[in-house]
Amino acid sequence: MTSDNFSSDNRSINGNGANNLSRFLPPLPVFILQPLLNHIVKTVARRHPELFARLGDSCKKRYLIDPYNLPIFLLLQPDPDHPQLRIYNRGRNVPYDVFISGTFKTLLRMIDGQTDSDALFFNRQLKVTGNSEAVVALRNALDNMDATLAQDVASCFGPLSKPVRLLIDRIIKPGKTTL
Amino acid sequence: MTQLFKPELVCPAGTPASLRTAVEAGADAVYCGFQGPTNARNFPGLNFTRDEMITAVDWAHQRGAKVLSAINSFPTAGRTQIWKDAIDDAVSIGVDAAIIADIGMADYMHKSHPDHRMHLSVQAGASSPEAINFYCERFDIKRVVLPRILTVAEIKKVHDEIPCEIEAFVFGNIGMMAEGRCALTNYVTGLSTNMDGVCSPANFVNYEEDENLNLTTRLGEFAIDCISCNENAGYPTICKGRYNTVHKQEYYAFEEPISLNLTALLPDLMKAGVTALKIEGRQRSRAYVRSVVSEFRGAVDAYSEGKYPDISNLLALTEGQKETQGAFRSKTWR
Repeated sequence: MTSDNFSSDNRSINGNGANNLSRFLPPLPVFILQPLLNHIVKTVARRHPELFARLGDSCKKRYLIDPYNLPIFLLLQPDPDHPQLRIYNRGRNVPYDVFISGTFKTLLRMIDGQTDSDALFFNRQLKVTGNSEAVVALRNALDNMDATLAQDVASCFGPLSKPVRLLIDRIIKPGKTTL
Repeated sequence: MTQLFKPELVCPAGTPASLRTAVEAGADAVYCGFQGPTNARNFPGLNFTRDEMITAVDWAHQRGAKVLSAINSFPTAGRTQIWKDAIDDAVSIGVDAAIIADIGMADYMHKSHPDHRMHLSVQAGASSPEAINFYCERFDIKRVVLPRILTVAEIKKVHDEIPCEIEAFVFGNIGMMAEGRCALTNYVTGLSTNMDGVCSPANFVNYEEDENLNLTTRLGEFAIDCISCNENAGYPTICKGRYNTVHKQEYYAFEEPISLNLTALLPDLMKAGVTALKIEGRQRSRAYVRSVVSEFRGAVDAYSEGKYPDISNLLALTEGQKETQGAFRSKTWR
């Protein structure tokens, strides 16, 4: 699939009952978060070089990750030579190859290995469009990690890693949350 | 309920991490394949390198679990060496059995590695005692994985007329009824499920959601289904598509997006003489493997001890959120 433009203006609320907080929140100062995301993506790449072998040519693709109930979205480029994870406020036009969308909680549960992505797709909690080969490669590469991606992300917070892990656990706990 | 013979639980692994998850969840044996066209789950990012297989076999054996190598696709003329290499490597690595589909590769393995255990893949489509006995006599097949077209009563009859073990699918995706013969993907993409190991190759799959959240699934130039916003989705395979024809509108011409679930029939299968119970899903995540294997471990153990387990927890993991007992209960299915 060729690249397309992404804009939050083109998105509508998924009909699964999630609260769309993004409508009410002001733009976030994402530049504050960007150094942290740089640290996370470089740490994960350094710890898991085997990820790139499984990704194959898909490591050159751009994955737009859309937690649609938050006011931001992420763009992942898992290039082994220059891995990037960029954060944007909604409204920005960003070209991508793959579009992955769900609530923040759904996406977090997925990268923490708590739930099966096929099942999420079957019941429409997860939306995937764009280059399907790249999606499948990323899913399988991440699924082969013994520690989950969420665990790696938490560990990047240094002395705060335990509170961050507790926060993740609280968010992904089954039941109703606003995320 | 009386105690029953406890069958082997054979579980899927698409990656080394899935293999470890399956064993930790209670698998007696795990089946997996090498990267490339020699196995029927040749998807991006999936399967094992030779080095990964060596490590995985060693790890599983230390924990008392078997590893079965799926070499269950069909080589075309001029490409047989890839499959022969896979068989040689699997034997050299020390897998507990190779699962073979192609009759030529069965002959190769029998002649090259006569002492190594060989299972006949479901892809071989051997469903009658005559066919299975042929494979046993010619190639010393030790176990047959039965196609999903037989009732439990028929499985019992087959069991009584063959010298080898029987492995039966109990959970997961259901393919075309004539297994190993499906050419639908080949027709659309030029790649073969059975010869390239790719059913609905991902680079031909496209999903489009419109402003009303209706999801259109395409394989190549063909629309397979249009799923409305309040419907569950299935895999993007032609056999699970919904079509408009002059006879009917929006109907499943081949099969519905639905998963096999035989938890309720496990005691009957155990009584019928099934040696091994197989869970489908090498393309699924570790979360699926952990959930399904744990559930079946509990169910098999409970039934074998004469107890009745809770078997209601697997629906969320089924395709289309629907499950069936397929042909195992009745020939009237589909």
